[in-house]
Amino acid sequence: MGASQTRSEHKYQDLMDKTGFSVEQIKNLHKRFEQLSGNEETISRENLENIPALANNPIRRQIIGAFFDKRNQHQNEVGSFEEIGFEQFLMVMSHFRPPTLKTTEEERETMRKEKLRFLFNMHDTDNDGTITLEEYRKAVEELLSKSGAIGQEGAKAIADAAMLEVASTNVPHMAPDDFYEGITFEHFEQILKGLEMESRMHIRFLDVDTTTMRCGRSTS
Amino acid sequence: MAVLRLTRSSSGPRLTEFICVLLLVLVSVASASRDVDDPHHQTNSTGHKKAFPVLSFHYEEVKKPLEISLWILLALLMKLGFHIIPRVSNVVPESCLLIFVGLLVGGIIKAIGGEAPGLDAKLFFYYLLPPIILDAGYFLPIRPFTENLGTILVFAVVGTLWNAFFIGGMMYGVVDLLSCLLFGSIISAVDPVAVLAVFEEIHINELLHILVFGESLLNDAVTVVLYHLFKEFAHAGTVTVADAFLGVVCFFVVSLGGIMVGAIYGILGAFTSRFTAHTRVIEPLFVFLYSYMAYLSAEVFHLSGIMSLIACGVVMRPYVEANISHKSYTTIKYFLKMWSSVSETLIFIFLGVSTVAGPHAWNWTFVIVTVILCLVSRVLGVIGLTYIINKFRIVKLTKKDQFIVAYGGLRGAIAFSLGFLLTDSDMKNLFLTAIITVIFFTVFVQGMTIRPLVELLAVKKKKESKGSINEEIHTQFLDHLLTGIEDICGHYGHHHWKDKLNRFNKAYVKRWLIRGERSTEPQLISFYNKMEMKQAMMLVESGSAAKLPTIVSSVSMQNIQTKGPARRRAIPSISKSREEEIRKILRANLQKTRQRLRSYSRHDLLIDPFEDVSEVRFRKQRVEMERRMSHYLTVPAKSQETPPVRKVCFESEHQIYTYDDSESPRGSAQASRPHPSSPDAVSLLDESPQRPSQRGALRTRGDAEVRAKAPDDKEEQDQLKLSRCLSDPGPKKDEEEDGSFLS
Repeated sequence: MGASQTRSEHKYQDLMDKTGFSVEQIKNLHKRFEQLSGNEETISRENLENIPALANNPIRRQIIGAFFDKRNQHQNEVGSFEEIGFEQFLMVMSHFRPPTLKTTEEERETMRKEKLRFLFNMHDTDNDGTITLEEYRKAVEELLSKSGAIGQEGAKAIADAAMLEVASTNVPHMAPDDFYEGITFEHFEQILKGLEMESRMHIRFLDVDTTTMRCGRSTS
Repeated sequence: MAVLRLTRSSSGPRLTEFICVLLLVLVSVASASRDVDDPHHQTNSTGHKKAFPVLSFHYEEVKKPLEISLWILLALLMKLGFHIIPRVSNVVPESCLLIFVGLLVGGIIKAIGGEAPGLDAKLFFYYLLPPIILDAGYFLPIRPFTENLGTILVFAVVGTLWNAFFIGGMMYGVVDLLSCLLFGSIISAVDPVAVLAVFEEIHINELLHILVFGESLLNDAVTVVLYHLFKEFAHAGTVTVADAFLGVVCFFVVSLGGIMVGAIYGILGAFTSRFTAHTRVIEPLFVFLYSYMAYLSAEVFHLSGIMSLIACGVVMRPYVEANISHKSYTTIKYFLKMWSSVSETLIFIFLGVSTVAGPHAWNWTFVIVTVILCLVSRVLGVIGLTYIINKFRIVKLTKKDQFIVAYGGLRGAIAFSLGFLLTDSDMKNLFLTAIITVIFFTVFVQGMTIRPLVELLAVKKKKESKGSINEEIHTQFLDHLLTGIEDICGHYGHHHWKDKLNRFNKAYVKRWLIRGERSTEPQLISFYNKMEMKQAMMLVESGSAAKLPTIVSSVSMQNIQTKGPARRRAIPSISKSREEEIRKILRANLQKTRQRLRSYSRHDLLIDPFEDVSEVRFRKQRVEMERRMSHYLTVPAKSQETPPVRKVCFESEHQIYTYDDSESPRGSAQASRPHPSSPDAVSLLDESPQRPSQRGALRTRGDAEVRAKAPDDKEEQDQLKLSRCLSDPGPKKDEEEDGSFLS
């Protein structure tokens, strides 16, 4: 046990540096990973889709898609995986770490950019670097999909309004024949500036053992 | 009237000052006069026949209402005066000025020889305090409040307890322990009125605001329990362990009981509002009365009235707002703001007057020690508690935050009134004096210096929220995303429970408490609709002074719509350059074109739903406009897709011009009048989007003259249709259905 422990810690060291999690957090997430994957090395989309709690989530598809998106691995690749290993799982999870008291201003900036990039990737499904009107419409539709029958028109209207807002704030003086291609990452950053993503987009990663809690496919 | 005053700047302040002085004197005289007996009454009783009194002086009969009105009038004029003199109001917070005025009035009254009215505790707790708390509770920003609830509760409960015991314990030696603890419990609570008054002017970021403010609201339960506890025991003389235990139980009963009472009344109020569709006028009253009942009911059992009121407002609000008309919503908002403003002003003035009036027992050591102890205990408490809290918070509180939280612990009128309620003893005067000194110190010194300190420390200010739809979309998106990630991670966090609560709310509660189809409306849609309405309001009210960013920009739907075949059909609005051309031409012939055009938007058509805009003004304007426009303009209305019609609410002026860019207009300005366009737009939504443009053009040209004196009912029908279509997501043919947006 001793030898493997140091080996795993060494392995975790690498992950710790890359993702910023602590050893306990990584261990817990690893346990969860094994639970989801059925003790295998990789998880596939079905594994995630089988989580019962996710069934009620309107943007379930996009969340699951984000895990398999190569862009979120920060290695300048594009496309998507079929299955992901623990390292990729952890990379995606690291986007949801909160800032600490010791985070400097520029680290916060980087964090915010990273998180916004994650969101951007979720919307920009065809990976052309912009969120077109169609993609945005789709995103809003998905968001409203579980909320009852408001129909396509409503989602379209809202997406159009949002798009208009982005265009107006970022490119205020467009000639009548100009065409606003889509929301670029800079514009995306600009309009969501007020939300302070680095303080909002995070979840609490526990340092304690969570396997005793009900989770996974078996219950809830 | 304020504008008038501003223009005559030199005479304005002087006039105000004169009136203020006059009122000051009047009020003083009114209060001081007690012996103005009506001589006529006495002579009548002697049977001696007098001449019939043509004009007589019956002051006594009207005295009470007159005095009250004079006081309130004085308070409001003072408030008005402060804002006219900008220099002072920038440096000194309003609360300080009002206390100062109170001191003046008290001084005058005393000088005249009358007896100044003190701050009657009953008056304060039953009439002056509830409006302020209801205003705070009804408009409490729920999201930051619930996100920081843990922190707020720790500060409120543990912090207040610590303050009370520290101060009481340190004072031991002056008087017996229990009286000290009683005093400690009175002086330890942060006061919501003072906090509101000061923090409203400094505009710090949401987190700090909600921390201090939430603490000031929630510590009421602790204060109530401690106060009653020590008051009882001060008489008894000793405290046993059993009593202490009962005290703890009492705390839970008081706080949870208060919240429950509030929640019950809140649900009752929400349920009642479901049926008020036909009696819209009394809707606001239900909100006010149910809340007041919640407060009084809680007070009957000595539960925490403040928490009850807050709970009632918070529970009631989402459902009531979905049910009531827009006018009622505005009424509620303005009445609450009005009452709370008046209450606040009166409280501070009375505080000043009571200072002059009240019996004082000045004890240098006691007072100074109290002040120092208050400061020290507050600072220590905040630092200690933050250290513990930061272990559990994700977004930690920095040293700057801690400083502001500590510095913002202002004491106010609640402490004073509680002190006033003490039974008479020599302690009472001593305590009262100390309490008043602490209040003055916190309000004057801390209140005045907090603003420069905030600037100095570069504390984050409140961000200007313009209700961006992108932010709303992404806030909701984030909610779902984080819930999803939590589910994947496998633990039940904050988001999971929030999500569960939302679903429960939607599935069961909303169905009972919200009328009609709005119960199933998703939040994003309601937000979107609210935004549309708000923008409509702003445009209509501001006329030519509209400064919406969307209007400034020249981006319109055509810039966003995909190019290609769709474009030929779907140009809903005119670009800025065209508009300028038209404007130039119009300017030559019409007066105030810009103003008319801006106000002459879709929102004009919605005059009936948005009735709080001056109808007469708009009808006149519209008729004028039509008359002139009909000479110059015609409209070749193009068929439109639904989104463009909806889109125009953000660039409303563009809707007037509905013609196709692709076929460049032959020189002459072409713009539609909203009349023709509205039926087009409306019928468009009812029918298929493909409409030949000819039909539109023909209709408008033909009817150009006739339309000038538009038949009102057709207008209204169109407006109704248009507004309904625009405010409800899908096109619906059912125009009988009274959407909740239409009052």
